Amino acid sequence: MDIRSTFALLILFLPLASFVLQIFFGRRLGPKGVWISVAALFATLILAASMLATVVLGTPMDHHPEVEWFSIGDFSITLGFQLDNLAVTMLVIVALISSLVHLYSVEYLRGDVRYTRYFGYLGLFTFSMNGIVLAHSLIMMYMFWELVGLSSYLLIGHWFEKDSAASAGKKAFLTNRVGDIGMFIGIMLFWSVTGTFTFHGLYELVDVDGANLFAGQMGLLSLAGGLVFVGAMGKSAQFPLHIWLPDAMEGPTPVSALIHAATMVAAGVYLTVRLFPILTPAALLFVATIGAITAVLGALIAITQVDIKRVLAYSTISQLGYMVMAVGLGAQQAAFFHLATHAMFKGLLFLCAGSVIHALHHALKQRNDHETDAQDMRNMGGLRSKMPITWITMVIGALAISGVPLFSGFLSKDAILAGTLAFAGENSAWWAVLFPIAGFGAAAITAFYMFRLIFMTFHGKPADAAVHAHVHESPPAMTGPLVLLAALSFALFFTLPQVNPLNSEGWLTEALPQVENLTGHADLGVEHLEHGWHEAHDTAVNLSLTVAGGGILLAVLVYLLSLINAAAIARQFRRVGLYQLSFYKFYFDEIYDALIYRPFLWLTEVVAWLDWNFWDQWFIDGLGRNTVRGGNASGWLDYVWLDQYLVDGIGRLTQRIGATGRKLQSGRVQNYLMWALAGGMIVFFVASQL
Amino acid sequence: MDSLQSYLFISIVMFCLGLYGVMTRRNGVAILMGIELILNSANLNFVAFNRFGGLGEHLPGHVFALFVIVMAASEAAVMLAIIINLYKNFQTVNVDEAHEMSG
Repeated sequence: MDIRSTFALLILFLPLASFVLQIFFGRRLGPKGVWISVAALFATLILAASMLATVVLGTPMDHHPEVEWFSIGDFSITLGFQLDNLAVTMLVIVALISSLVHLYSVEYLRGDVRYTRYFGYLGLFTFSMNGIVLAHSLIMMYMFWELVGLSSYLLIGHWFEKDSAASAGKKAFLTNRVGDIGMFIGIMLFWSVTGTFTFHGLYELVDVDGANLFAGQMGLLSLAGGLVFVGAMGKSAQFPLHIWLPDAMEGPTPVSALIHAATMVAAGVYLTVRLFPILTPAALLFVATIGAITAVLGALIAITQVDIKRVLAYSTISQLGYMVMAVGLGAQQAAFFHLATHAMFKGLLFLCAGSVIHALHHALKQRNDHETDAQDMRNMGGLRSKMPITWITMVIGALAISGVPLFSGFLSKDAILAGTLAFAGENSAWWAVLFPIAGFGAAAITAFYMFRLIFMTFHGKPADAAVHAHVHESPPAMTGPLVLLAALSFALFFTLPQVNPLNSEGWLTEALPQVENLTGHADLGVEHLEHGWHEAHDTAVNLSLTVAGGGILLAVLVYLLSLINAAAIARQFRRVGLYQLSFYKFYFDEIYDALIYRPFLWLTEVVAWLDWNFWDQWFIDGLGRNTVRGGNASGWLDYVWLDQYLVDGIGRLTQRIGATGRKLQSGRVQNYLMWALAGGMIVFFVASQL
Repeated sequence: MDSLQSYLFISIVMFCLGLYGVMTRRNGVAILMGIELILNSANLNFVAFNRFGGLGEHLPGHVFALFVIVMAASEAAVMLAIIINLYKNFQTVNVDEAHEMSG
């Protein structure tokens, strides 16, 4: 077997082995046993990193082994790997975040009731996620897609004793299912148009002459692409299926970092990047629109949230919208770049939040305070002095996500913004300009709410001095991953061997070049678009620096220096209803409640009523009643007619015949003789007549 | 008067007298006597048909009559035995009184 396939198999199945081990032997191994899982995950990290190293050192990966799974007639479904640069890079991201989260969780969940099971589920998740990354076909990806949904459900509901956690898990699963149905239909449509499920099969078709090959089926292909993207919308929490992600924060914070920030929600973006070559202009425009709406919406909601994890959740939604928008606008490379950098700094931010929550939770517990919410930023403040490592790493994360130079987010965000500008520049339609507006607007808001979070958490006066006194910095198993991820949030790591804080060119762009789309993008050649980027690059840098600086400055003024009274501004906005709109998350849950949930409940009640009254009581019970009635009638017939009349009648007739006939036997010889004589006479008579 | 009809006539009269006796008499012995009359009327028929039937030298009718006489004799013996038994059981020779088998 090829060494690359062996590595891929190991990367895929080591986490599964960890899952099996923890689920079946976890109790016997005890809490120390989770180190085996941690070791397994670090092993996958080493394997993945070594594969990436070969790619970076100049051997592009393009390997797609497959084995037949089953065949129907001439048509066979295969299982296999799509091992290309994209998959390898993604594998490293997944392995890195997953192994760090494993390590972090050892400390974070210490003493948890389902400690080992938690690690088992983490293993299951990593297995599924690696499956998505390695899958060589849409069918295989769909399988792992569902497995990821399952493990996400299990991890969100880790503390299922809490109602909110249990229902958050259900909400996440069901919302994802909505997307998955679209995705499944999309996969079938893709197959009906192209006749293949495998990615390399699709790529080959596009390479040959995609635009002419599918000239007559562009509409169907657009629909297929749009529907598969609906699946990505579910996983990547895109508007309007984003509602599950904030609720998913009920899960343990490391889970939020791994699944709901860095990897699983990136699966949708990964899928869209994978399918980018075969997406039609119409499908891409749909993707871009959804992404732009999500980016702005998530950012707007994040401004007013007070739960530290929810701010990060909406921030994630917004950033995912960024990536999706970038793919839709043709900047597939920038989208994946942002995915990679975002995985690092958002994982970091979540783990920092986890560290804060962990510390605060323990401080509150020491004071026997079970009422105060350890995740509410209003209960924090002034933690900088107590948790210096968490503080400094979280500031690095915030700087990265805000797009400050030297940090990774600057490069990737800048690439996306340049993409939006290029798109607007090349596209003469009036709405094209909305994409850069959305991009820069969301960037400004992002910078603002991230520093709002930093200042509310770490600066200012402590909300409760007594609790504050009990706060301690987290143990090394937790701060270690923070420091590592903070280091990886510097731009340097993504541009080596180039060292230019303003230019994103480096190993990543080298390994993952911009690829040809089916038709070029929106009737423009990719070269054309790339040319546009170079032109837009400087504008994008200047503009993004301005908006990021503006956002941070505003946050400094409002929350650090208190020069502007936040409450007064909130009052102003509340007057026109904008504050409530953001605070209540644009009322999405309420809208879904009114438009889907309640009509659905009403429908179920109607159906239940029909089922009970019409079907059950009328039809089924009616059948029963009529059977009883029929039984009674046939019983009556049987008894009265058959039994009494016919059977007993024959008996009676026989009796009567007997009663009559016995009179013939009078016992008088002369009588018999007379009968004999009469008989003889009759015989004679008959004989004489013949 | 030497013709078949006259013999047959006599035979019918005898048969009817015998039948009447059998049908009307209650006494078993009288019934037996009636039966004898019937048998003898049959005998007369046999002989008469043999005489006037053109059989010539052959005498089957006579032989038949002889057999009937023998049978009548044995029948009378059996019948008398029955009547004696009847009398033993019922203290009567009237057959109509022995109707225990009536339905």
